[in-house]
Amino acid sequence: MVVQELLLLGIYKEISCCGLHSIAALMHSFACICLQIDMDTIEVSNLNRQFLFRQSHVGQSKAKVARDAVLRFRPHISITPYHANVKDSNFNVDFFKQFNVILNGLDNLDARRHVNRLCLAAEVPLVESGTTGFLGQVTVHVKGKTECYECQPKPAPKTYPVCTITSTPSKFVHCVVWAKDLLFAKLFGDKNQDNDLNVRSNDAARSSKNADDVFEWGENEDIEQYGRRIYDHVFGYNIEQALSNEETWKNRNKPRPIYCRDVLPDIMTQRNGNNVDKTDDLSSASAMASLGLKNPQDIWCLMENTKVFIEALKLFFTNRRKEIGNLSFDKDDLLAVEFVTAAANIRAASFNIPLQSLFEAKGIAGNIVHAVATTNAIVAGLIVIEAIKVLKKDTESYRMTYCLEHPSKKMLLMPVEPFEPNKSCCVCSETPLSLEINTHRSKLWDFVEKIVKAKLGMNSPLIMHATALLYEVGDDLEEDEIANYNANLEKVLSELPSPVTGGTMLTVEDLQQEFTCNIHIKHREEFDEEKEPDGMVLSGWTQALPEKKDAKTSNGNGASTSKSLPTKPGNTEIDTEVKEISDGTVSPGTKRKLSEFSDGSPVDHSSDVDETRNNKKIQKHDDEDELVMLDHWDSDMSKKQRLP
Amino acid sequence: MNGEELTEQETALYDRQIRVWGADAQRRLSKSHILVYGMKGTIAEFCKNIVLAGVGSLTLVDDRDVSEEALSANFLIPPDESVCRGKTLAELCCDSLREFNPMVRVSVEKGDLASLGAEFFDKFDVVVISCCSLATKKLINEKCRKLSKRVSFYTVDCRDCCGEIFVDLQKYNYAKKKTDGTTECELQYPSFQEAISVPWKSLPSKVSKLYFAMRVIERFEEAEGRKPREICIDDLPAVLKLKKELCEEQSLNESHIPDTLLERLVAGAKEFPPVCAIIGGMLGQEVIKAISSKGDPLKNFFFFDATDGKGIIEDIKP
Repeated sequence: MVVQELLLLGIYKEISCCGLHSIAALMHSFACICLQIDMDTIEVSNLNRQFLFRQSHVGQSKAKVARDAVLRFRPHISITPYHANVKDSNFNVDFFKQFNVILNGLDNLDARRHVNRLCLAAEVPLVESGTTGFLGQVTVHVKGKTECYECQPKPAPKTYPVCTITSTPSKFVHCVVWAKDLLFAKLFGDKNQDNDLNVRSNDAARSSKNADDVFEWGENEDIEQYGRRIYDHVFGYNIEQALSNEETWKNRNKPRPIYCRDVLPDIMTQRNGNNVDKTDDLSSASAMASLGLKNPQDIWCLMENTKVFIEALKLFFTNRRKEIGNLSFDKDDLLAVEFVTAAANIRAASFNIPLQSLFEAKGIAGNIVHAVATTNAIVAGLIVIEAIKVLKKDTESYRMTYCLEHPSKKMLLMPVEPFEPNKSCCVCSETPLSLEINTHRSKLWDFVEKIVKAKLGMNSPLIMHATALLYEVGDDLEEDEIANYNANLEKVLSELPSPVTGGTMLTVEDLQQEFTCNIHIKHREEFDEEKEPDGMVLSGWTQALPEKKDAKTSNGNGASTSKSLPTKPGNTEIDTEVKEISDGTVSPGTKRKLSEFSDGSPVDHSSDVDETRNNKKIQKHDDEDELVMLDHWDSDMSKKQRLP
Repeated sequence: MNGEELTEQETALYDRQIRVWGADAQRRLSKSHILVYGMKGTIAEFCKNIVLAGVGSLTLVDDRDVSEEALSANFLIPPDESVCRGKTLAELCCDSLREFNPMVRVSVEKGDLASLGAEFFDKFDVVVISCCSLATKKLINEKCRKLSKRVSFYTVDCRDCCGEIFVDLQKYNYAKKKTDGTTECELQYPSFQEAISVPWKSLPSKVSKLYFAMRVIERFEEAEGRKPREICIDDLPAVLKLKKELCEEQSLNESHIPDTLLERLVAGAKEFPPVCAIIGGMLGQEVIKAISSKGDPLKNFFFFDATDGKGIIEDIKP
């Protein structure tokens, strides 16, 4: 039981004075006086992982329902639920200072980093946790005593080169990303967003606005005709265009253009009568239902995919027309999942990639994490054990614990002593970072979006050059200030009122997180489009682990990743980090150092957030790359354990 | 992929876990029948896990009344005395478990576990018992072994911040995951009696101290005619004396069973909730593996001690 599915739980300070035993009992029943912050509402797929929510709660606030459920079996404790985003400004440092300990069960990297900073600033211990499938981990972070959550760099979510998605997909996941981030966004999302759907396929059309007109629906146009026109354009015409570039296909299999009339010669007949009920209920509009497709595990043939594509598009235009232009992909929106599955499959067919079921496509598109109740229960128990140590101030016995799927040194639950803070961590130490950037070409906006928000995880940043304020976010700004900052955003760095050039030191601060960072600017002319898609490179943080990389390459331990993991891609919800511990790097008898953990590889599932931030960059997770398994365990570890 | 397909409702509810173990395993789960005895904290956790996972049916046996300990450590029991009055532990837990997942049939069987016959156990695929005496553990294990079909047997015990799981899957075949697909594997398990009869001196030197400590406590409670966990700190001298005797008899160095560990187990006979969550989670995972014949099962003991945080597997066989 305990803290499953909980996003954030704090325990108020007053509690530390009641005896430990009662705390144990209280923690058991969800802590004494605690607070929970959760912005999510309950979905059907949440129900099988915890016992606090029931079918009747679907759609309600997780925080509130959890509180009520706990109070039913522990009526005398006090719980304050917040149905809110933990990044909201009222959850500031003073708010965090009220608690003895914070227990994190967050589902994305951004929020975890945010809470880490607030805990550091408020000097409140943090118990951090995550699970994926049978894997899980619990870590303790206490300022000055142990490493902070960000002491080991977190690898960025897997991104795919734009041209792989737009022109040369080779895996099903590429087709899903294309269907979701390009086609779906183009047809149903914000029209003003940049979209690479037509980029490579037709260079001539790129410059003219005409290319986009293809996607416009004329008021008088029959919806099925419109759907067929879109179909022919993206699966037929665009592929023909791509084929005309011989160079691309020299060493690749050529795709085949697919036209709707070849797959589905007849116009789909209008169904009526038995479907009237369904169209009344807008939320349940489903192409599968109206086509009589039942099992989401079935793989549809090309014709079925084509039918679903046309039908889903029709349903969007007939039942949900008001939403068109504002839709973003949501894994819980069945019609959206159906459309994306069908589109991805048709594209896969074109590129001779094996088709997948709706179930699989949904997992990939929604970054769905594999999750089971048992791992959550185990991790919840471990969280409570660590939280009790924190409340007892039993510093010496803090442990990071990993839940494994396969035993390592006979262990399925493996405790490890926490590491010391990384002296070059830019979050918990004051180490400056350095940034290579083209100061004559990159705008302040690029810097804010790609570095300050995406890399440094700041929420409401303030940027200073010496004493000159270049940028600021806040509710209390004057209009002229806002105008001024907005104007700065559009300027290239070297042309700012206080010019930023090679050698400049910038100070970036987040007032809510009470986190400051100095960035040393280095000018650089050229960047590799594929390897450095941001057009800038931030370093300093990762320099903390140079040995690690050497060790890894020389021992070839990279191969030990994710051997035993489910290979299906997918993420989000509750995530995990499982760190790889490679045998080759641990020499018996020596104290383990940070560098011996070869990959601080977290599974982070922040793609949705990141994607909206940077539409140009297509981000996607790939479990194979992210989940790293504790594979070979060296005997040194057991020596480090304190035995009773 | 035989048998009927999962319903739409099942696919939606079990979406995340189907992504872990596949639709085939989910179908097998939904056809499995599980018996549990000893409705304390650990079993409550276990039941919660497998009910949420969507087993076919769960049968609870425990005719005892609600004690104060049950009230404080078993979250399935509402803290309202008027609700508890006149109901057995199993009945109260049953009411709560049904709410967790309406798709699972949860029911109560009355009676004394030890006197239930073969035809009773024959209905189940998995039997899990907790808080049982040494004699009961052996007896139920043997009953399961004598059945014509294979029944997976588990005993589980949590005391203070320690926990022990014993597994007997008899002759067990499963699909082992390899980098390049799966291979069929077969494991042969000893019975509880066979496992604990292995001479201590012939065990590997690094066997968990908890293994020995639990055997000492078990023997003590049996010799004194106590009910399971009917033990307190006053019994410590007698327990230590028994430990000395057993170590001499088995030619085991006494340092393998630290007095401090025995003291903790004797003084804290009650369950520690977070440990219940961990052991109940492990047990749930193992039962799911055994039902679906997927993944390496635990063989044959699992130990957890919150003081060092290690969760260890021991393979103890003749």
